[in-house]
Amino acid sequence: MKATFRSMVSLAALGAAMVACSPTVDDDMSEAPPSRAGLAPGLFDAGTAIWNLELTASVPPPDGFFDLDTVMIPLGRPDDSEGEDEPADDDGSDETAETGADDSGASDDEVGEEETGPGLLAFANSDLAFTGDRVIMGGFHGFNVYDTANPDDPEHILSVVCPGGQGDVSVHGDLVFFSTEQNRGRLDCGNGGVEAESSPERFLGVRIFDISDLNAPRQVAAVQTCRGSHTHTFVPHPTDDSIAYIYVQGTSSPRPDSELAGCSGGEPDENPDTALYSIDVIEVPLGSPEQASIVSRPRIFTNHETGEIAGLWAGGAMEDGAQTAASTVACHDITVYPEMGLAGGACGGNGILLDITDPVNPRRISDLADPNMAYWHSATFSNDANKVLFTDEWGGGLGARCRAEDPENWGANLIADIVDGELELRGFFKIPGEQSDIENCVAHNGSIVPVPGRDIMVQGWYSGGLSIIDFTDSDNPFEIAFFDRGPLGPDALRVGGYWAAYWHNGRVWAPEIARGLDVFRLQPSAYLTANEVAAAELIRFDEANTQTQLHITWPDEPVVARAYLDQLTRSGALDQAALAMVRDTVDAWSSGDADAASLTAAAERLDTATTDAGPSSADARRMAELSAMLLRVR
Amino acid sequence: MIKSVTIFVVGAILAGTPQAFASPPIFQPGAPGLPSRTVTPEQSISLAGTGHSAADVRFMQHMIVHHGQAVEMGELIAGRTDNPDVALMGARIASSQASEIEMMQAWLERRGLSTRMAHASAMAASGQGHGNHAMEPGMDHAAHGVPSDTPLMPGMLSPAQMVQLEAARGDQFDRLYLAGMIHHHQGAIDMVTDLLAGPGNGEDPQLSEFLSAVIADQSAEISRMRGMLADL
Repeated sequence: MKATFRSMVSLAALGAAMVACSPTVDDDMSEAPPSRAGLAPGLFDAGTAIWNLELTASVPPPDGFFDLDTVMIPLGRPDDSEGEDEPADDDGSDETAETGADDSGASDDEVGEEETGPGLLAFANSDLAFTGDRVIMGGFHGFNVYDTANPDDPEHILSVVCPGGQGDVSVHGDLVFFSTEQNRGRLDCGNGGVEAESSPERFLGVRIFDISDLNAPRQVAAVQTCRGSHTHTFVPHPTDDSIAYIYVQGTSSPRPDSELAGCSGGEPDENPDTALYSIDVIEVPLGSPEQASIVSRPRIFTNHETGEIAGLWAGGAMEDGAQTAASTVACHDITVYPEMGLAGGACGGNGILLDITDPVNPRRISDLADPNMAYWHSATFSNDANKVLFTDEWGGGLGARCRAEDPENWGANLIADIVDGELELRGFFKIPGEQSDIENCVAHNGSIVPVPGRDIMVQGWYSGGLSIIDFTDSDNPFEIAFFDRGPLGPDALRVGGYWAAYWHNGRVWAPEIARGLDVFRLQPSAYLTANEVAAAELIRFDEANTQTQLHITWPDEPVVARAYLDQLTRSGALDQAALAMVRDTVDAWSSGDADAASLTAAAERLDTATTDAGPSSADARRMAELSAMLLRVR
Repeated sequence: MIKSVTIFVVGAILAGTPQAFASPPIFQPGAPGLPSRTVTPEQSISLAGTGHSAADVRFMQHMIVHHGQAVEMGELIAGRTDNPDVALMGARIASSQASEIEMMQAWLERRGLSTRMAHASAMAASGQGHGNHAMEPGMDHAAHGVPSDTPLMPGMLSPAQMVQLEAARGDQFDRLYLAGMIHHHQGAIDMVTDLLAGPGNGEDPQLSEFLSAVIADQSAEISRMRGMLADL
């Protein structure tokens, strides 16, 4: 029986008391994190563990995008099916013997062209895009739009149903870009099936919707690609804002030429035109998006010396005992950082760094493989673009990979520094192995939390919950906050959890595969002061797509200065006298009483300490930023 | 907390902005350039239902048997070769194919379908086994004198080849195993290609992803095994 979920009262805020804003770091706030082990199962009433976060809203999936039976489909065989007799249709096999072993399917009458209920993941929520006061949540069934004028009470305002894949979603202006990759995808978002062998009605690629009229969203373009679109990335033109590009990452097997001209598969030694070993670049004239078309298929894995198209990792283990890595035939996802002219590609067997100053012809400038990585899945730059954090989706997201017995560097985050344009391996981070064997869990999508002076990222771990880490020291990342729920149900693995967790305009937005959209606020803690939280919450963007990374510039505000001071207090890099002096100056600035001379004096004090701290250290950078700010506001 | 469906009144949309309504509209787009239509939540849910074709079911039933032989080939490795690369590759293939067999069985069982191939006794009649056990991965090739040279389906080793593999040792085993598995994998890729050439096949999302995975994983393994074979 199918029950459709209509509405649910938002979960009350968990009532974590706001910690009083204190300019100093209070060691008493340092509480041991709660255990994430053994949380009770439940769809909307699972047990939870929360640390240094507040859950402010929990919006269940809307009508037409939720089906209880589908959500609760167990993955694999439920325990109770073991030892069951096979369904008995072998009994009539003597009759079929008469017809011979052809494929006419005499015994398939009971099957026919049968409609079954929605399959696993049919209503799974996936990625988010942000525009104005709206959040767009993509998914396997289409996308939903929420009004988030009050971020702690998002209001669902419309749905667009369009099944056909994980529905990776981006937004620019009135246009929504949407990925389709499954064979059931149709041009008209229906499910009437594709009748002909190679049908123009079958659609795999990137759709473009116009949502300028919320009463009549329309599909305005659908750009077919050889391997569909598993994910895509919005890439602005460097100078011309009437044009944008979409990088298309297709991971399906290539379609035949008979279905889509120019498509073919195979290895490049046999077929140099293979649709493998490339990405698709779509150019979108923003004023006439219906003219969007593919303009290049760059071979970004080519060996620069030999010219070999399949130039990167061929798949398999790098050494004895190493993880079995995917082969690099496609990128799973690409994060572009337009202000830096860079992109980070997570491409199966490799993490790569691309120069995208010419977006139509991205050029690989570095690549990395690692024996711990099974499937390079996503990339996030630090704000200064000196580091890239890659996730490893070991097991594809459907497996339980955060158990005590799972290696701590497998299915984890890999952090690489960018040194002279080259990726260099640093540290790994994985949430503790406290998840059960019925919770799908592995590193997944996230974004930077804009705390000045630190590299902090929030990300989803599927049923492992969401986690916030500090990777300022790329060799030694550590966790500073998390939220976790128990599994969807007892006894068997059901696919749920956070597809992603993204920071945007002062909140953490977390699309839950089965349970809808959750919103969180940071809570100050020993690891993050109230000033650091407030400085992060200052950062606002009108439009944001996580895989189109935006450079963060903090305003000259006292709270930003205090965030730096809190960090210098925590690290002990600035002596007490200097700290007190600079704090007094910032307090005076805050109340409008600072004169130019005192600001200059504080800046000079910081400059002296910067030299002592070692010019390349995180503390030196904090002091330099703070000093520069004090000079700017004189 | 779960309530029954509230019917969405389509006509109401035309009267004002979506925000004015308790139940936000659900749009189903038309093809590019064409207008969208509004659908009810029930219609929306029904749009997620994907069918499976008779060919999809046959494919899954056959692939279980096909994969089963790969598992069986992997079980022969122990004691027959010291080549660590072959052992590692074999273990990997056997374990991934075993878990895929479970997935395929679950897919069929969830739809109330048999996990076994039809035409079982047709196979038996052609001398490839006996009765309903003909399809089982551990084909009983020793029990009836001379094993058949005819494989059960494209890419599978014939019973005779399985006997040969079982008897081989060392370098000879490595060669037969690798050549056999390359052939075996190519057969699976051909089965996927054939399935996808048929109208309306492979639309079920889980099946769709599995088909992609078979092509991607097995193509990659084929090229690695070709390299290993060349290096022997």
